[in-house]
Amino acid sequence: MEPSDAAAIAQIRAGDADAFRVLVERHSRSVFRLAFRMTGNEQDAEDLVQETFLRAFRQIRKYDGRAGFGTWLYRIAANCSLDLIRLRKRRQEQQTMADEDGQELTAAVRSETPGPDRQAFSGELKQLLAPALQRLSPMERTAFVLRHYEGMCIEDIGEALGVRPGAAKHSVFRAVQKLRQTLEPAVTLGRS
Amino acid sequence: MKHLSDEELVLHYYGERVDGADEHLQACDTCHASLESLGRVLRSMDGLEVPERGEGYEGHVWNRLAPTLGEPRARWWSEWFSPRRLVAAAAMAALLIAAFLAGRVSQQRQQVAGLSGAVRERIMLVAVGEHLERSQMILIELVNNASAGPVDISEEKQRARDLICENRLYRQAALTSGDRGVSSVLDELERTLLEVAHSPSKLDSAAFEEIRQRIEAEGILFKIRVVGSNLREREQIPAPAHDSKSL
Repeated sequence: MEPSDAAAIAQIRAGDADAFRVLVERHSRSVFRLAFRMTGNEQDAEDLVQETFLRAFRQIRKYDGRAGFGTWLYRIAANCSLDLIRLRKRRQEQQTMADEDGQELTAAVRSETPGPDRQAFSGELKQLLAPALQRLSPMERTAFVLRHYEGMCIEDIGEALGVRPGAAKHSVFRAVQKLRQTLEPAVTLGRS
Repeated sequence: MKHLSDEELVLHYYGERVDGADEHLQACDTCHASLESLGRVLRSMDGLEVPERGEGYEGHVWNRLAPTLGEPRARWWSEWFSPRRLVAAAAMAALLIAAFLAGRVSQQRQQVAGLSGAVRERIMLVAVGEHLERSQMILIELVNNASAGPVDISEEKQRARDLICENRLYRQAALTSGDRGVSSVLDELERTLLEVAHSPSKLDSAAFEEIRQRIEAEGILFKIRVVGSNLREREQIPAPAHDSKSL
């Protein structure tokens, strides 16, 4: 029988770094899914998986067992993702701005994210989902991913984001509002 | 009959407790239809595809990770957030703002550090947008705080203090560039941030309610949202070939 998360953590704390492998094997796929939803990019998600486990290993003594290890790990992953998205956003903006004409990139983004009408009529709603998620602010996206895909409660989301529950709730709500504005026409057309 | 708000519908959809929601939804066709419509959109998000990882993925992650477990060195992007980097970044931001102001004041179109006026303007748009979002989070936390009795706002105080200096620089930049709308909202925001930063860490319920009501009465949150939304729209506009005049 495989050791539980708690048993593996006890071994790691006792100095057995190899015991961390159990936790990596148990949680790496779900951390990848979370990271991919956050970043929308496979390579970034892979890097985030590494960063998340590395941080978890280094902070393992801080894990107090109040939440499940998976939930604690998701908090770390969400924070790593948030850091990366903010950094990427800044770099991307600067890159776009430093680009002399900036026209090529704008055109490329436009061609990747066609308007809602065209998408809806071609019945490719799925292609709208990732861009819709990417348009949310980093905070809104994190809150939404944790609530919608990971099923975290508002209190845990607040803790993961370092904000009070009211602000976490507000971020989820704003995210849903924006997604509705973007997707509702296509979803409605898809039904008719 | 008082209908459920959009926020209540979202919370109900996600299984959070909303008093009286179940009974209301059974009796109200309008709210029931709204919930159905919301559910369709949110269920569509389940179609977001995540690339499958192949067999042996876990072992691959471990093999990459294991050699680094003993290393004290942070990963590449963590370094961007180290205190040393943050100080350097703050210095760079200050230089950029100074360059922006200098460029505006002198009205010269020459490039500063290789960046055109339009480029500087767009960097400012992004920076101000992020600043507004961070400020908004503090105010939302205060407005939504439903604690009865004394309230500890030490965390919000610290964050407000951190934002005041930044706010002042952005306000001056907006003022210099003649963007009255942005500078006026930043001016109001600065007063609110100062008030929060200078309040005692622990407030009795009356003092806290006073701050909360002032934030709501001034409508600062709404103004921040409007300005933030305008800035985001302006970020989307491709940079013109020549310098523009406003923030």
